[in-house]
Amino acid sequence: MSAISELSSLAKRKAPVTAEEKKANGRDNKAAYIFLLPWLVGLVAITIGPMLMSLYLSFTDYNLLQPPEWTGLDNFIRMFSDARLHNSLRVTFTYVLVGVPLQLAVALLIALVLDKGLRALPFYRSVFYLPSLLGGSVAVAILWKQIFGTTGLVNQVLAMFGIQGPGWISDPSTALGSIILLHVWTFGAPMIIFLAGLRQIPAMYYEAAKVDGAGTLQQFWRITLPMLSPIIFFNLVLQIIGSFQSFTQAFIVSGGNGGPSDSTMFFTLYLYQKGFGQFDMGYASAMAWFLLVIIGVFTAINFIAAKYWVFYDD
Amino acid sequence: MTTKLETLPIQDKKSAGKPKNHRGPKRARESRGTLAFSRAARTKALTKHAILILAGGLMIYPLLWMVVSSLRSNELIFREPGLWLNSLEMGNYTDGWSALTHPFGHYMLNSAVVVLGSILGNLISCSMAAYAFARLQFTGKKLFFGIMLLTIMLPFHVVIVPQYILFSQIGWVNTFWPLLVPKFLATDAFFVFLMVQFIRGIPKDLDEAARIDGAGHPRIFLRVILPLMVPALATTTIFTFIWTWNDFFGALIYLTDPDMFTVPVALRAFVDSQSATSWGSLFAMSIVSLLPVFLVFLFGQRFLIKGIATTGIK
Repeated sequence: MSAISELSSLAKRKAPVTAEEKKANGRDNKAAYIFLLPWLVGLVAITIGPMLMSLYLSFTDYNLLQPPEWTGLDNFIRMFSDARLHNSLRVTFTYVLVGVPLQLAVALLIALVLDKGLRALPFYRSVFYLPSLLGGSVAVAILWKQIFGTTGLVNQVLAMFGIQGPGWISDPSTALGSIILLHVWTFGAPMIIFLAGLRQIPAMYYEAAKVDGAGTLQQFWRITLPMLSPIIFFNLVLQIIGSFQSFTQAFIVSGGNGGPSDSTMFFTLYLYQKGFGQFDMGYASAMAWFLLVIIGVFTAINFIAAKYWVFYDD
Repeated sequence: MTTKLETLPIQDKKSAGKPKNHRGPKRARESRGTLAFSRAARTKALTKHAILILAGGLMIYPLLWMVVSSLRSNELIFREPGLWLNSLEMGNYTDGWSALTHPFGHYMLNSAVVVLGSILGNLISCSMAAYAFARLQFTGKKLFFGIMLLTIMLPFHVVIVPQYILFSQIGWVNTFWPLLVPKFLATDAFFVFLMVQFIRGIPKDLDEAARIDGAGHPRIFLRVILPLMVPALATTTIFTFIWTWNDFFGALIYLTDPDMFTVPVALRAFVDSQSATSWGSLFAMSIVSLLPVFLVFLFGQRFLIKGIATTGIK
């Protein structure tokens, strides 16, 4: 069972508490909290404490040296008129709204091809998965910077056909596209989740459809897609949450400044610059909470929309 | 359900509903039909393999090209999109190794310390929390479990500013503590969830038998549950290895002294100091930095695939 389905079923589940269980409760409490101690300390000291602190800081002006100074909603009002922040939002939204569907589509396509009983499946699966594993590293970002550079691999290949390619990464109109391509390239992880999902669709559905004379496309639309919809949903939620937080690739490819002309200035990169470049900690905290709200809204929309297109078998 | 996905043989689904060959007069006709079918199927399979090999080749071409380029002179890197090598140039590796203030091995060692510490931390703290969630009854269990699931989805930006402030005030900037301590406090909740799911699959009779024999919870945890959850521990180890080895953001923030650099920040410093002048040695060190991840991938594939297929971690 996945984290998402676990979460959505959490609200519904209500176990009846019997007298016997209550007795067991009393017996296990002490042991349970001892086992949970590291996690509880972490929750308070590393997660909830800092969250509250960051909420407080978002209403202050704080540069690490002087004590925080309460400025009310100033940081949030500043965000309204911060053109660079608006641009970073546009960049991030483009990245998420183009990159995620594209990546999932490729992942599903390859998973479908791999699913049909191929002999060399483990080999192909490894080949397609490997970029996923390395994609988040600085080394691959460096590689990408060269590949899409003015004299990089892509333009070398294009030159063989007599085409003079642009400097993909130095041109504001193509820089973000190169990073989106890097994201699509790492489709291996969702592909594996799709593969596992495809395995779970009972073969008898296809057999029955064949008897009824359904073609390949019809089988895909009527059986595969509905049966796979919970997995698609799971991948979508996971990828959207993750993509909003992308940082390393944009940082390395743009040399840390979100260039050219802010075309790869991701929201997280701007947050890093504000917080850890200029030590404008109050503003960075406000931005972090804004990011949390954005991700929360996107996840909520996902869950609401899911009612109309996600099909559960049970 | 959680662990069986990948062990299902590929052919199962296809052959499940099919009747066995009848004996007798029908046999000849049937086998002819199968023969024709298998010829069509073979063409189809061949096309599929061709597509997959092409797509897979395209996927790993950049990586192979980087390996080859790390063995080429700089001029050739900018001219040669192919993969053939006329001569091996190990100079990139020796140059790259000593290009920064410390030999590259120093950064590898730093990374190794952080990685091993993180693995140890995650194994201890996450398995303890998981045992409590999976096996013990205690007040607030559902609430805590829900919070734990939510923290999986929490963007780290919301806590990173106050965490940084906290750790800088204790004087832990430029030490490994900010990277290690959270791991000992089970902040990678993904692994807690993974282990909870795994423990739920272990028959309860085993701990009950141990309890009847007079074992307490620590004993049941150490002697019964832990030995049985080795696959989940292996998955955790492998993912912690890869994530921590690749972690850029945390290291970028906390490790600013070249003495303390881990591999990703060292590579970034390399990019900054040499810019585009020595791609050869930059690639050489990139390959060195990817090598441990690649080795873990080779030997831990089974656990990696399972981990992704069941929980969506990547």
